[in-house]
Amino acid sequence: MIQNVTSLEMPVDEEFRIVKNHITRGKGKRICIVTGTHGDELEGQYVCYLIAKMVSENKQHLTGTVDIYPALNPLGIDTMQRGVPAFDLDMNRIFPGDSRGSMIEKVAHDIYTDLSGADMVIDIHASNIFLREIPQVRISEMTAPTLVPSAQKMGIDFIWVHQAATVLESTLAHALNSTGTPCLVAEMGVGGRISHSMCQHLVDGIQNLMHSMGIWDEAPSPEKIGESIVCEGADTVSFINAQTSGIFITEIHNDMMVREGQSIGQIIEPLTGKVLSNVLSPCDGLLFTIRAYPVVYEGSLLGRIFRGQPQSSKQQN
Amino acid sequence: MKVQTIFSMPSPYRDDFRIKAYTFGEGEKTLCIVGSMRGDEMQQQFVASRMVNILKQAEEQSLIPCGVSISVIPSVNPSSINIEKRFWALDGTDINRMFPGYDQGETTQRIAAGVFEFIKDFRFGIQLASYYLPGNFLPHIHMIRTGFEDVDDARLFGLPYVVVSDPKPFDTVLLNYNWQIWETQAFSLYAGTTDVIDHDMADVTLDAICRFMHQKCMTTAPLRQPAGSFSEKEVSTINQAEMIDIKAPHAGLFLLNHTVGQPFKAGDTLARIIHPYEGFEICSIVAPTDGMLFFARNKSITFQNTLLFRIIR
Repeated sequence: MIQNVTSLEMPVDEEFRIVKNHITRGKGKRICIVTGTHGDELEGQYVCYLIAKMVSENKQHLTGTVDIYPALNPLGIDTMQRGVPAFDLDMNRIFPGDSRGSMIEKVAHDIYTDLSGADMVIDIHASNIFLREIPQVRISEMTAPTLVPSAQKMGIDFIWVHQAATVLESTLAHALNSTGTPCLVAEMGVGGRISHSMCQHLVDGIQNLMHSMGIWDEAPSPEKIGESIVCEGADTVSFINAQTSGIFITEIHNDMMVREGQSIGQIIEPLTGKVLSNVLSPCDGLLFTIRAYPVVYEGSLLGRIFRGQPQSSKQQN
Repeated sequence: MKVQTIFSMPSPYRDDFRIKAYTFGEGEKTLCIVGSMRGDEMQQQFVASRMVNILKQAEEQSLIPCGVSISVIPSVNPSSINIEKRFWALDGTDINRMFPGYDQGETTQRIAAGVFEFIKDFRFGIQLASYYLPGNFLPHIHMIRTGFEDVDDARLFGLPYVVVSDPKPFDTVLLNYNWQIWETQAFSLYAGTTDVIDHDMADVTLDAICRFMHQKCMTTAPLRQPAGSFSEKEVSTINQAEMIDIKAPHAGLFLLNHTVGQPFKAGDTLARIIHPYEGFEICSIVAPTDGMLFFARNKSITFQNTLLFRIIR
């Protein structure tokens, strides 16, 4: 059943609406699949489609409630803008919102209220248009003891337990986790694109999590659920930032093991034909993030490496 | 007058990105004024540029005492102003949400770090700030409550209001917050408008800065003769949470009847919302109390529930 989470008038003959697909059978637990907080992140759209299709076409397996929220920032998705158009705001920096606040704060409050009390919320992000990510779940240190086991149930490639930054207290995930509603943040792919295989992989993981929670009575076949690499502790992730402005060229992809000193790419200058900077790996490890958008300024993020032990499933270059 | 480039960075295709500081006098780093931080802060750019001009004349007339050094950074983000984008154009990040910065981090973190390295040791700091909602303000001083804020000093600007508010999580990455944490007495000065230049409000803002400088003995004589300012006792301190917010009950075309600073009586019509196709009045916005507009939306349309006014009783 399609339901309004919140709605309000726009100036000229248009209604602003956030909707969810509420699918329920039995009195079991409730899982919420939310995405579209950033308008340039589209991977979650295909995940929502696959989950909605799976649940609605196989409802006999459902033993609880699945709520699907494909677009928390419908104006942004419709116009390929990361933030909320007309407000120049990052939707994921205003939670839990304010029922007495201005329009967008009220919208955030209504979303937060609707999700509160769920047994699990999966907040699906892609990367932005600049970076390509392997499928991963990001968890703050504070919530790791309770959330890492759930993330492992999803069999996602990579679980990144990171230090909590104060600014991230305004995210949907923090607002929910800090008030007793567990929320996992999934990231994968690249902004503006949809990777079918990554989406299907995440759907298999969500199905497995639903099965473990008693919401779905059929588990995916075991070979679809792998073991996750858990990345936690200080200094386990190395960041590679551009040392100069220019055009970043690379021949490698993420999700591979690299060696210290190995070439990650080059920053070149089209005008002169010169190489401005050779980009080398600062350590051995798993390259889980690689820059997708070639134009870089000094400081632009080019890659991230997990300095943990090599996994047998990852190919050496 | 000493002009320094405090941060520079090559661009892939454009001219180098440069942030410049103008310094007057010599000695202790006494006051730093930061102008535009975002690409639409035209009023802030205008006020900062005029401040440079005023201080240049003051220095030529030997009105800056020995041991006092005053710096002005007219723009932290000329790159965005030149292409009329509010935020850093490549990735949409906001430099004012990157403080204290990180010199090994991403581009705008590096810019913030470069600026902060220059400004962090000043005794006083003034940021010419803007609000995320489009609208006009009464010129005022805004202070985030960090435990280091000095409201008494804020009164020395002689503006009618000093507004204090509790920090929200996202405030902890603002310049003002970090300036205070690093023990600079920091003030956010709202110069009335953002994307358009208002001469009168700019004059009020310049008068306030000059009054503060003179009260704090940074100049040996007043640099301007203000048309009117408030004594310290006349300045009101307001908790932002105590102001009355009025939001739009309906969406539509937004016609403003009052301007900021204009007093009104309970029952006065402050604005009207008009149906965009049929031209009838959907509703009028009526003042709930006697008071004055502290903030007023300045766009011609409104969403439902958008903040239209912030009122002082």
